[in-house]
Amino acid sequence: MEAQALQYFIAAVTAAGFGIAIAAFGCGIAQGLGLRSAVEGIARNPESSGKVTVTMLIGLAMIESLCIYALVISLILIYAAPMTGTVTKLLGH
Amino acid sequence: MEHPFLFFVKFFELIGLGHFAHAYPHVIYSWVTIAILIIVGAIGTKSISLIPNKFQNVLELAVSGLEEFMVDITGDEGRWFFPLIGTIFLYIFLCNIMGLIPGFFPATANLNTTLSCAIVVFLFTHIIGIRYHGIKYIKHFTGPIWWMIPIILPIEVIGHFARVLSLSFRLFGNLMGHELVLTILFFLAGAFFAPLPIMVLGILVALIQAFIFYMLSTMYFTEAMEHSH
Repeated sequence: MEAQALQYFIAAVTAAGFGIAIAAFGCGIAQGLGLRSAVEGIARNPESSGKVTVTMLIGLAMIESLCIYALVISLILIYAAPMTGTVTKLLGH
Repeated sequence: MEHPFLFFVKFFELIGLGHFAHAYPHVIYSWVTIAILIIVGAIGTKSISLIPNKFQNVLELAVSGLEEFMVDITGDEGRWFFPLIGTIFLYIFLCNIMGLIPGFFPATANLNTTLSCAIVVFLFTHIIGIRYHGIKYIKHFTGPIWWMIPIILPIEVIGHFARVLSLSFRLFGNLMGHELVLTILFFLAGAFFAPLPIMVLGILVALIQAFIFYMLSTMYFTEAMEHSH
C-alpha cells in the first residue's frame, strides 16, 4: 500500500512539473507574439500607444490565464491528490 | 497551507469565534472588504455637494471612469446595470489589493469567493437576455438554421458553463499562485526581502485581474442584450 502510494505521488509530481513546463512554453511563445505585434504597432503609430497598451495588457492576461489553469491543475495534483496524506506520513518517519 | 499570521483571524479569536475564523479566513476577509466598501461609500455620500471636496472628487473620478468605460462597450442602453458591474469590480479589486498588506489575506485566493462572483454574472447574463428578448432569447442558443440545432445547442450550453469555469478559475489561480509564490519566497529568503519584487508585480496583477473580470462580464451582458445573428 505504501509503495503504491509513493509511486502514485511520484507520478503526480512528475505530471505536475511537466504540465506547468509545457504550459509555460506555449504561453511564452504566445505572449511574445502578442507583445511583438503591439510594439510594432506602437513603433509605426506612436499616437495609438495608449489604446494598444490597454488591449495588449488585457490580451496578455487572457493568454496568461491559460497557464494559470495548468498551474491550478498542478496544484491540485500536488496538494489535493488522494494519496498525499499517506505519503506525508511516510516521509515524516 | 495555513497563513502564518492573519490580523483579523486573531481579532475573531479574541471575540471567541476562533474556530470559525481559522476554518474560513476568506469569509472573514470578504467581510472586511465589504465593510470597507460600505464605510467608504457611506462617508463619501454623506455630504454630497455640487462643488466636491477632495474625497468626493476621488470617488467620483473612480466611479465615472468605470462607468464611461462600460458604456463604451455596452452602449447607452446598458447604463442601468452599472451598479452590479461596478460593485463587482470594486469588490474584486479591493480583495486582490488587500493581499499585499501583511497580515491580510486576499479573499479571492479561494475558489468559493470567485465562484460566487462568476455565478452572479452567469445568472444575470440570462436575466438580461430574458428581459430584453423574452422567449426569443432561446434563439441565442439555437443558431441560424433549424436543422443545426442539435449541433449548436450543446456547444452553446457548454460554452455558457465554461464561462463560469474560466472566470472563477482565472481569478482564483492568479491570486492563489501569487500567494503561494510569496510564501515560498518568504520561507526561502525572507530576510533578504526576496518577496518584494513579486509584491510589486502583485499590484499589477490585482488591477489587471479585476479589470478583466469586469470587462468580460460587461461583454457577456452586451452579448445577451444584442439581437442574435
